[in-house]
Amino acid sequence: MSIILDHVNYIYDEDTAMAHAALIDVNLNIPKGQFIGLIGHTGSGKSTLIQHMNGLAKPTSGTVYFDGADINEQGYNKKNLRAKVGLVFQYPEHQLFETDCFKDVCFGPKNLGLSQKEVELRAYGALKQVGFDDEYFYQSPFDLSGGQKRRVAIAGVLAMKPEVLILDEPTAGLDPKGRDDILSLISKLHKEMGITIILVSHSMEDVADYVDRIIVMNKGRVFFDDVPKNVFAHYKELEEIGLAAPQVTYVMQELSAAGLNVDTNATTITEAKNEILKALKRC
Amino acid sequence: MLRDITLGQYYRTESVVHRLDPRVKLVATFVFIISLFVAGNLLGYVVAALFLALCIKLSNVPPKFIFRGMKTIFFLLMITMVFNLFLTPGVPLVSFWKFTITKEGLRMAVMMAIRLIFLITGSSIMTLTTTPNHLTDGLESLLNPLKKIRIPVHEISMMMSIALRFIPILMEETDKIMKAQMARGADFESGSLINRAKSLVPLLVPLFVSAFRRANDLAMAMEARCYRGGEGRTKMKPLIYKKIDVNAYIVLAVYFALIIVAGRFDLLKFIGM
Repeated sequence: MSIILDHVNYIYDEDTAMAHAALIDVNLNIPKGQFIGLIGHTGSGKSTLIQHMNGLAKPTSGTVYFDGADINEQGYNKKNLRAKVGLVFQYPEHQLFETDCFKDVCFGPKNLGLSQKEVELRAYGALKQVGFDDEYFYQSPFDLSGGQKRRVAIAGVLAMKPEVLILDEPTAGLDPKGRDDILSLISKLHKEMGITIILVSHSMEDVADYVDRIIVMNKGRVFFDDVPKNVFAHYKELEEIGLAAPQVTYVMQELSAAGLNVDTNATTITEAKNEILKALKRC
Repeated sequence: MLRDITLGQYYRTESVVHRLDPRVKLVATFVFIISLFVAGNLLGYVVAALFLALCIKLSNVPPKFIFRGMKTIFFLLMITMVFNLFLTPGVPLVSFWKFTITKEGLRMAVMMAIRLIFLITGSSIMTLTTTPNHLTDGLESLLNPLKKIRIPVHEISMMMSIALRFIPILMEETDKIMKAQMARGADFESGSLINRAKSLVPLLVPLFVSAFRRANDLAMAMEARCYRGGEGRTKMKPLIYKKIDVNAYIVLAVYFALIIVAGRFDLLKFIGM
C-alpha cells in the first residue's frame, strides 16, 4: 500500500519553444499511513507531482508504482487507481455540478460501478465524515458558503473510499476559521481512518502542526524530504527559495541568539511554550 | 488534447512579423484571403504558397505548431472536398454506381482544399504573431471610419478582445475541471455517443458557472476602473506606422500584383492540359 516514484521527469509542451521541465528526477517513497506536507512555491512542480500519483499525468520518463504495480503500464485499471488515490484539486468547489449536494457526492462512487444502495450509503457516510449538516443535503451546492462547498467537494472524493488522500491547497481562499476547520477535519480523517494524507500547501504554518514528514519542492526538484524539525532547521535555505519556516522557529532562533538557552527545534506553539518555560525556570 | 487547438493563440517569440503593426497584419491577412479568390489557377496558388512560406519563415513560429491547428478543420475540409468532387457537373472522369467524378469537380475540390488550408494557415499566422490586445487595437483603428455611420466600433472591438482573451483561460479551466472529474472516476473517452454526450454534463455545468463568475468579476473590475466606453479614451501605446510597416505594405502590394499577373498566365494551358 504505498506509492513509489522512481526517477520521474516531466516536461510540459515538449518540442515547442515553451518547453520546460516541471519535474526533474523525483524519487519518493510514500508508505501507508503517513501524513505528509508537500510544500513549494508557485510553479515548483507540486501540482504536477500529485497528478502523477493518480495517473492524471504521465511522466515523460521514469516510473510510478502503486502497490508494486507500474500505473502507466498498458491495461492498468486507472479508474480503480483513482478510487484508491483520491485527489482533491485546488478550489474543488469549482467542480460541483449536480442539482443537490447529495447527488454530487454520489458521482464518484457511481462511476465506480457500485450498486445504488452502496453509492448512497457511501455518499451519506462521506458527508457525515466532513461534518456536513443533514438539512443541507438536498440543497443546491451553488447556494452554500465557500467553506461548505469545499466540504461537499472533499466528501465527493472521500465517498470513493480512498486509501491515499491528496489535497491541493485545501485552505486556499478560506477565512482563518474555515482554514482551521478544514485542517482539523483532515487531521481527524488521518487519525480515525488511518488513510495516508498528502497535504499540498505553500504555507509552513498550515502544515507544521499536523504532518509527520515534509517534502519541499523547488524548481521541479525535491529540495528537502525529512521530518518537520529537520526541515525547519534549514530555515535560511527555505527563505532563499521563497518559503519560510513557521513563526515559532524564528521566535526560538531569536531567543537563542539573545542568549536564552532554548532548543530551537520546537515546531509547534505548544512545544515552544514548554521549551521557553523550561528555559525560564533554569534561569 | 486541448492543447492541440492553436486557433486564436499567441506564440511568444521574437521576429519581424511579431514586430509589425497589427494594422499591417490585418490588412495583409485580408488581402491574402482576397488573393486566394482572385488566383484561379495553379500558378496563382504557387505564388500564394511561396508568400505563405515566406511569412512562416519570417515569423519564427515552428511550422509544426501552425499545422497542428489544421486537425480541427479536417472534417470541414473533407466534407467540402467530397461535395465538390461529386456534385460539380461537367466532363465525367470516373463514374461508378450513382456517383460521377468530373474533371471540373476534381479541379474544384483540389482548389477548395487549397483555399481552405491557405486561408486557415494565413489567419493562424496573424493570430499566432499578434497578441489579442494588439489585434483588437488594430481592428478598432482600421474600422474607425465606420463610426460615422453609427457602428459601435469600440464596443465590437472590446467584445472581440474579451472573447479572444478568454479562449486560453477557458481552455485551461476545461482542462482543470476535466482532470478533477476524472479524479472522481469520470470517463470522457469511452462509451456510446449518447453516453459520451451525457458524460459532458459534469464538465459543462462547472465550466458555464465559472464563465459567468469570470464575466461578473471582469465587469466589476472594469467598472471599478471607471470604464464607460470608448468616448474620449486615450491609449497608452498608440499605433504608429514605422518604416518596417511601410516596407511590409510594399511587399504586400508586390504580392498582390504578382497574383493578378499570374491569373492572366494560365500554367495549365501552358503545359497543355
